[in-house]
Amino acid sequence: MDNTQATDALLVRTYLQGDENALSQLITRHQHRIYSFIYSKVFDKDVAEDVFQDTFIKVINTLKRGKYNEEGKFLPWVMRIAHNLVIDHFRKNKRMPKFENHGDFNIFSVLSDGDLNVETQLIKDQIEVDVQELIKELPEDQLEVLTMRIYKDMSFKEISERTGVSINTALGRMRYALINLRKIIEKHNLILTN
Amino acid sequence: MENLYTKSSKEEQLKSLSPNKETIQFLLNYSKALQIFEYKEMKFDTILN
Repeated sequence: MDNTQATDALLVRTYLQGDENALSQLITRHQHRIYSFIYSKVFDKDVAEDVFQDTFIKVINTLKRGKYNEEGKFLPWVMRIAHNLVIDHFRKNKRMPKFENHGDFNIFSVLSDGDLNVETQLIKDQIEVDVQELIKELPEDQLEVLTMRIYKDMSFKEISERTGVSINTALGRMRYALINLRKIIEKHNLILTN
Repeated sequence: MENLYTKSSKEEQLKSLSPNKETIQFLLNYSKALQIFEYKEMKFDTILN
């Protein structure tokens, strides 16, 4: 087969049939775009290399497990994985700030007051508004439990008494509410992060 | 005559970036080594050396 003209979808299918060369073609075809995208966010070649590698490990695992839904959108799918891994990288760094020594020690580079700055606060507020809109899509029983638990800070015992269902049912509804909320977020390709 | 020095734009610099060959090779080897087995709706993965 002449893979030079093959579409991504065809290469994915060929790869799933066991042709490892198809993966090589896919990586070669998209490596610049994906790597440049990652580098433009992290501005560190080593980190970009790690994120690029993790991205394709995830791609390979998903493809081989048969979990990839082919909709002719291979590149956007890989870019989304890369984007999520970049976010994970920044989240991890936020928890464990890296101290870079440039000669002059600056205590403020490793210490912060922990309060949100104006921009982060605005983003946080916006996310909370978005989430409040999204939970309206949930079924009534799940919405009720989620609202009582998250917004009214009620215990599951109190929720079960108020709604007249067992604690296990309330827990189950909460679980499904969170699962469905994630599905809604994925379905609409929303990125809720600060 | 004056010498002209030009600097490529950031976008051009980004375009020329690409991952190491070793990284690509690692990914291709990883893909070859990864085997997924199915057993009664369960999936197991193994890395073959």
